[in-house]
Amino acid sequence: MSLMQMFSYPFMQRALAAGALVSLCCALLGVSLVLKRYSMIGDGLSHVSFGALAVAVALGLTPLYFSIPVVIIAAFFLLRMANHPRWNNDAAIAVMSASALAIGILVISLTTGMTTDVDNYMFGSVLAMTSSDVVLSVGLSAAVLTLFILFYHRLFAVTFDESFSRATGLRVDLYNTLLSVLTALTIVLGMRMMGAMLISSLVIFPALTAMRLFKSFRSVVLSAGVSAVACFVVGLSASFALSTPVGASVVVVDLAVFLLSCAICRLRGAK
Amino acid sequence: MESNELIVCRDVSLGYEGQAILEHLNLTVRSGDYLCIVGENGSGKSTLLRALLGLLSPMSGEIVRSPELRRGAVGYLPQQTKAQRDFPATVYEVVLSGYLNQPGMHFFYTAAQKSGALMNLGKLGVLELKDHCYRELSGGQQQRVLLARALCAAGQLLILDEPITGLDPAAAQDLYKILSYLNRQEGMAVVMVTHDLKAALHSARTVLHIGRSSWFCGTTESYLRSPEGRRFREGDRA
Repeated sequence: MSLMQMFSYPFMQRALAAGALVSLCCALLGVSLVLKRYSMIGDGLSHVSFGALAVAVALGLTPLYFSIPVVIIAAFFLLRMANHPRWNNDAAIAVMSASALAIGILVISLTTGMTTDVDNYMFGSVLAMTSSDVVLSVGLSAAVLTLFILFYHRLFAVTFDESFSRATGLRVDLYNTLLSVLTALTIVLGMRMMGAMLISSLVIFPALTAMRLFKSFRSVVLSAGVSAVACFVVGLSASFALSTPVGASVVVVDLAVFLLSCAICRLRGAK
Repeated sequence: MESNELIVCRDVSLGYEGQAILEHLNLTVRSGDYLCIVGENGSGKSTLLRALLGLLSPMSGEIVRSPELRRGAVGYLPQQTKAQRDFPATVYEVVLSGYLNQPGMHFFYTAAQKSGALMNLGKLGVLELKDHCYRELSGGQQQRVLLARALCAAGQLLILDEPITGLDPAAAQDLYKILSYLNRQEGMAVVMVTHDLKAALHSARTVLHIGRSSWFCGTTESYLRSPEGRRFREGDRA
């Protein structure tokens, strides 16, 4: 089946549009998150987002409208935890994500029962995106991209050196919050297609790949964005052609590209 | 506050959660000063730096900072973090970020800022490293780059937190030379926390020694005659 035919299906068009935008946002934000050693926050947020989604469905609310505020609040908490000097940060985040997951599963099993829905939430489904979701995704992705571009230099400064930024009067907490709110939005949007268990890899893989290959922050950010979108398109096509779940397919493509970049890095070093 | 005063501490006590580390400190930093802060680990040197930077308010007493410092025009050289050492960024990107403290909400760097960054790189002798990756530089080169960034941010004051940690002796000497140059030729006031007392006494004009229960502040000569200074020197000999 040709590529043209594949994308003539409306559900594939929706998946392509929303997925590519979400992948791009994830990758851009991911560079900062990975460099700040906040990778776990993305993972935590996706589990919270799963819990929120389950509760929203049980209460009969529109999933996105309910889960977006919940996940943004969770993002504030996770950031606090990550920066708290006295807490065992990664343990706190792990506890929070496991609890959210458990609550979500309980809510689902008590209400709708453990149906294919759970499976879809956990591992994603290409059919999950309705056209109103796509509109919301496009709008929010545009907002994320605009804010990221406008605050690019400040996000760089805060990522590179928090103490210097704080001392020179940059509002570090504001930009950290901005970063985690944008991440929260992106993760909620991408979760249903990619799955709660897999979405965080969209945040982490492109950044890791780009950091192996490039030396300036700008080229790392750009190449992370490009590789994320490319991997998503390849993964989506593969999942369509082979009838595999879309989330897992995209992650495997990301993994392959990452391993390739490691090999390239090794070869360069050997020269 | 007089016009040449940058920071004035009056009877300041510092600490965390009601526990004072440093008490009744009086200290004035004027433009053109070169002050070294020495003392044992845990004596409150870093706490004092945080207070001088305006990141920690005193438990009692007052710290008055010049208007320029209040808007963030300070050249701060923090201790490096582990994450920074393998950060993918070019030297130029790092140095330019020193300008983000300038007033007004600018989203992009101006031409003047770009040429200023190049000038500061040149001043520190690392201009040819402009497009190199920060993580591939030696420790001494990284410190020069961070110092160039500090110059971009600075008005009249540089604050350095143990700048020679992890440097080999030659690179440390270079750094001290640069600091003396910036102090003498460019009139930049320098406040530095350091363990390296010998070199500190060589270049600094004023020494603040923070002990367990007391502190001493005075010129380098008077410090060497003081009980704190004598003990330090004897410890050095032993």
